Amino acid sequence: MNSNMSNTTTPRFAQAAIDELGWWRAHKFLFLRRICQLCVLLAFAIGPWFGLWLLKGNLSSSELLATIPLSDPLATLQVLMTGHWPELSLLLGAAIIALFYLVAGGRVFCSWVCPVNLVTDAASWLRRKFHLPRTSEMPKNLRYYLLAVVLLIPLFSGIAAWEWVNPVPVVYRAILFGAGSGLWILAAIFLLDLFISERAWCGHLCPTGAMFALLGKASPVKVSAVNAKDCDNCMDCFEVCPERQVLKPALKGTSPMITDSDCTQCGRCIDVCAQRVFQYQNRIALKAENNQ
Amino acid sequence: MNQVNRNTKAKGVNRRQFLAASAKAGCAMGLLGLGVTGVAKQSSHLDPLAIRPPGALTEDDFLSACVRCGLCVEACPYDTLKLARWFEGAPTGTPYFTARTVPCEMCDDIPCVKACPSGSLDHSLTEIDESKMGIAVLIDEKNCLNFKGLRCDVCYRVCPLIDEAITLERQHNQRSDHHAMFLPTVNSDSCTGCGKCEHVCVLEESAIRVLPAHIALGKTASHDTYINTEETTLEMLNKGLTL
Repeated sequence: MNSNMSNTTTPRFAQAAIDELGWWRAHKFLFLRRICQLCVLLAFAIGPWFGLWLLKGNLSSSELLATIPLSDPLATLQVLMTGHWPELSLLLGAAIIALFYLVAGGRVFCSWVCPVNLVTDAASWLRRKFHLPRTSEMPKNLRYYLLAVVLLIPLFSGIAAWEWVNPVPVVYRAILFGAGSGLWILAAIFLLDLFISERAWCGHLCPTGAMFALLGKASPVKVSAVNAKDCDNCMDCFEVCPERQVLKPALKGTSPMITDSDCTQCGRCIDVCAQRVFQYQNRIALKAENNQ
Repeated sequence: MNQVNRNTKAKGVNRRQFLAASAKAGCAMGLLGLGVTGVAKQSSHLDPLAIRPPGALTEDDFLSACVRCGLCVEACPYDTLKLARWFEGAPTGTPYFTARTVPCEMCDDIPCVKACPSGSLDHSLTEIDESKMGIAVLIDEKNCLNFKGLRCDVCYRVCPLIDEAITLERQHNQRSDHHAMFLPTVNSDSCTGCGKCEHVCVLEESAIRVLPAHIALGKTASHDTYINTEETTLEMLNKGLTL
């Protein structure tokens, strides 16, 4: 972790930002995200571990403080597509979660809550570390096709089949309910991302991410390239961004705001930029300010 | 794919590319969908003996409704319920219990059903005695101690609906030609499938087992009229009807 290592031919990734801002500030949002992911997991886990029931259930459906229902909108939609009319609490829970991510910013779920994020981030970190060659990428819109398939299966088969293989609840099931044998799905995703296709799962396929991306279209919270004029084309943000295609319009286009809802708002571009080009912005607050 | 992307960026998508890309993605996703459905359908039959919590809808409806949140599992005060795991039979993430290990204690307030947000456990079940988790079947008469003429009676004694769901039917003991045998007999109308009988059976492998109702029960065809044979026959005789 010291700078001696970087004196060789190729400079280390994001070295400029580390030199400019210090190691901690160059990893600020990465750490905040890991803490957030851990806190959500712990909020569930202290129940079965210590009998402190803050949140019961798992990411598919849960109950906050034994009163407020929360549920995965995708799981709820699948249930509705089978033709089964669920209890009100499931519908209410899905509405609350949908509303929350509508305001907080769609794919914020992917980068700040979802445990699969750790797996795909680890794979892409390894790719970077070992300078693995770029692989061909799948088409970005594949996830919307998969989302459609996931919602159509229950219509025809009458069962919510996606929940058999859905990797999002797997970690929580393993930790909270001891059902660890489902972790093979995550191992498969890790290998897919590492060796076959970059960012294949979270960046191209995941239907949960696709659903949150659709929700996030209306969200006011966005990352913005406010100092785009300072950009020195070092490409560090492109290197680290899980959804590279969202950066170019913001950096080189007319509007600095990353409005593409594929952006997971992970904030890594903010971290690794020595020029401090990016920051989080609130669209609505900004508009109100401009109108004054 | 790279070729397509580069062209797309340069000129926008033309109709041929759009149709080709859509067809490819559609085929890939269609195959994936079929695969997932296949896995799901097949694994739902892997363990037909998994017993569901009280109030569970019929297996197909249950699998439509259950979101696999585990709220019922966490609501269960006796750690009876478990979430199914991959490679172990029942559809992954769905709740079940193994009566031989921990049976259902039949809580009066049925907390597992109350906790269920999806309605895969039917909230109209308010009396636990009405539940139908499965049906106990005395599956091995050869090894059952009562069938040997002993008075084990453990399954009968432990039954929460003693003398309703399990009765002891008295029979002449052919073996000694002197004593009686008391045969544990399950009444499938009353049995809730809690599994306490299976849990306590003193044999190394239980002689009485809880099976899902669709396996344990026969069913008369809807056109059969011998449901009330005596009455029907009398009626036919009185009216002079012929078969």
